[in-house]
Amino acid sequence: MTTHMTTAPAAAPDASDAPQAGRAGRAGRRRLAVVLVLAAGTAALFVLTIATGSHRVPVAEVVRILFGGTADDPRWTVIVEQVRLPRALTATAVGAALAVAGVQMQTLFRNALADPFSLGVSSGASMGVAAVVVGTGGVAGSFTGNLAGLGRLGVVLAASLGAAAVLALVLLLSRWVQSAVTLLVIGVMIGSAATAVVGVMLVYARPERAQQFVMWGLGSFSATTWPDLHVMLPVIGAGLLTALLSAKRLNALLLGEDYARTMGLNVRRSRDLALLGTSLLAGAATAFCGPVAFLGLAVPHLTRVALGTSDHRALIPASMLAGAFLALACALLSQPPGTDSVLPLNAITSLFGAPVVIAFLIRSRRGVQGVAS
Amino acid sequence: MTDTMTEPVKDTTGGPDHPGGLATQGLAVGYRTRSPRRRGAGRAVLSGLGLEARAGELTVLLGPNGAGKSTLLRTLCGLLPPLDGRIRIGGADLADQPPAALARRLAVVLTDRVDPGLLSVRELAGLGRHPHTGFTGRLTAADHAAVEWSLKAVGAEHLADRPAAELSDGERQRVLTARALAQEPEVVLLDEPTAFLDVPSRVALTVLLRDLARDKGLTVVVSTHDLELALRVADAVWLVDRGSRVHAGAPEDLIRSGAVAAAFDADHLAFDPVSGSFGLRRTARASVAVDAAPDVLPLLERALAREGLAVTDPGAQDVPTRVTCDENDCLTLTGPDGQVVHTRSFHELTRTVRTW
Repeated sequence: MTTHMTTAPAAAPDASDAPQAGRAGRAGRRRLAVVLVLAAGTAALFVLTIATGSHRVPVAEVVRILFGGTADDPRWTVIVEQVRLPRALTATAVGAALAVAGVQMQTLFRNALADPFSLGVSSGASMGVAAVVVGTGGVAGSFTGNLAGLGRLGVVLAASLGAAAVLALVLLLSRWVQSAVTLLVIGVMIGSAATAVVGVMLVYARPERAQQFVMWGLGSFSATTWPDLHVMLPVIGAGLLTALLSAKRLNALLLGEDYARTMGLNVRRSRDLALLGTSLLAGAATAFCGPVAFLGLAVPHLTRVALGTSDHRALIPASMLAGAFLALACALLSQPPGTDSVLPLNAITSLFGAPVVIAFLIRSRRGVQGVAS
Repeated sequence: MTDTMTEPVKDTTGGPDHPGGLATQGLAVGYRTRSPRRRGAGRAVLSGLGLEARAGELTVLLGPNGAGKSTLLRTLCGLLPPLDGRIRIGGADLADQPPAALARRLAVVLTDRVDPGLLSVRELAGLGRHPHTGFTGRLTAADHAAVEWSLKAVGAEHLADRPAAELSDGERQRVLTARALAQEPEVVLLDEPTAFLDVPSRVALTVLLRDLARDKGLTVVVSTHDLELALRVADAVWLVDRGSRVHAGAPEDLIRSGAVAAAFDADHLAFDPVSGSFGLRRTARASVAVDAAPDVLPLLERALAREGLAVTDPGAQDVPTRVTCDENDCLTLTGPDGQVVHTRSFHELTRTVRTW
């Protein structure tokens, strides 16, 4: 009936589900099929993303290099290992992170419009980056240009600190706030305050520095290096693991906090854990890739409709795969084959993503009846 | 008198005759003041409550709007801390139990309209297994059996594979009740489960709750506005009156003591102890002599009462107006001016007598 969370991503149906044959069995097979298709698609896009770019690498060579072989052309090995693989890994990890963060936020706040940045995490990160870009003249905070060095590190650190500051504030306020909706509104308020601070800072910025900030705000999977990944992947991994282990708690929250409490759930602790996990995921993603829009809002809805369930034991692993899949697709589209131009990531996620999601939801019976979280 | 609010309940709950059960002692419910330092300070909505709900019985909580029924129920299920006093479930103090252990003894159906998202009915009922499952929340064969049992108990097994969002209001309340039963509790508390239901669904759900109490030995406490139905079906009633006093007893105890009438009578509404139902209180403006068969007479009485007319014997001499019903259900109306109308329609009847 359900995919077992610990066996993700290629989950197997439970043997104990045998008595529920019939429609329940069909639902289980459908979920398994969705997960398998997503896993295969993600793997294919992963390879394709590495093959595509200003300099094409044959797919067969990519696969050979990924499995430790030697390519025909040594330049290909360098391109794949130093540029393309970090980009593909970043897209995979950030896509999964934002999707899972979105699932948790939508369940926690019982709100279909909640996303990983609803509590102002990305605004906090923006504030940090703006402070670095505007404030210290000595830091070359170029996002897409100078990949290594102090400038890059400065931006990442500033974004992390900004996100952490907002997170700390929200967690602190959640001590006094009973209602999840109130907390959500407070998060949105903090976010707009941070955005306002950024606006004021940009007035005093030198034009070329403001330009750098704008570039950061457009988002990118291409700027991460191996040293970045050594930090980002463990943080995102921890966040994803927390989410996988929270499936039971999140399920209890599906009927609202009162029901969850009467089912024995420590709602406050679960909320703190989910907020912390979400902020780690969203904070890490934003620090290294800028505020990547849309994925965290849309992927949970798409995954729920595709799976046909809100059960987090299936939803969380499937969202990881769907998020990675769509992020890789966006990475691929942001570098149109055969051209040298790179389109802004956020333009791709929203321009291509929004029509896809709308079409998908309208075509699906469940989507028309209401995209409940 | 059965007013138990002043006499404390003896500590006999959990005895051999009714294991399980729910009892309160000196309980005060309400909302605390905002300052956490002044512990216990707060606005008590109801206080000094010594109530008992027995296993195997349907206990109905009645009272006018705003009397504190929901506050009492939310306190009994642990969502609100009591301002004072104790709550015991099966002899054990509610405050002493860790949340998960409490959830295995007590389950609720709340007034909140839930948004079940894309859960199937079976998955929704399966959420009730939360306090029984392990760390991952995986349902074992025993858990699945409990879910199927609970769906069967509420007569919803045919809905099991339907999306919970597509259920009617009546079906959804059954499924939410199944979710509570899937917790395998001793005590089930339901806050106005019949509020959104049509009359047949109300009757069906209320009777279902009584049967669950009887057959499964559950302690079922349900709050409702459906006074007449509750007084017919309930084994015991907790009645909150306008003075925030709580009366407890069998429905008949409370009717005889006048507590029901005192709590609910209003300008236009009067409780009739004989029929156990409410009627419109209206002073008759005139009398009508009525001659009709016993099966039609009550209908005529209702229709005429609505028009402010009282029914008297067919033999009454001093009454100029008259309604007779022959064996063909044909009504003959004789007005004060001697004008005669023949009709088979009650609507025609009421329109005619309105002019008398």
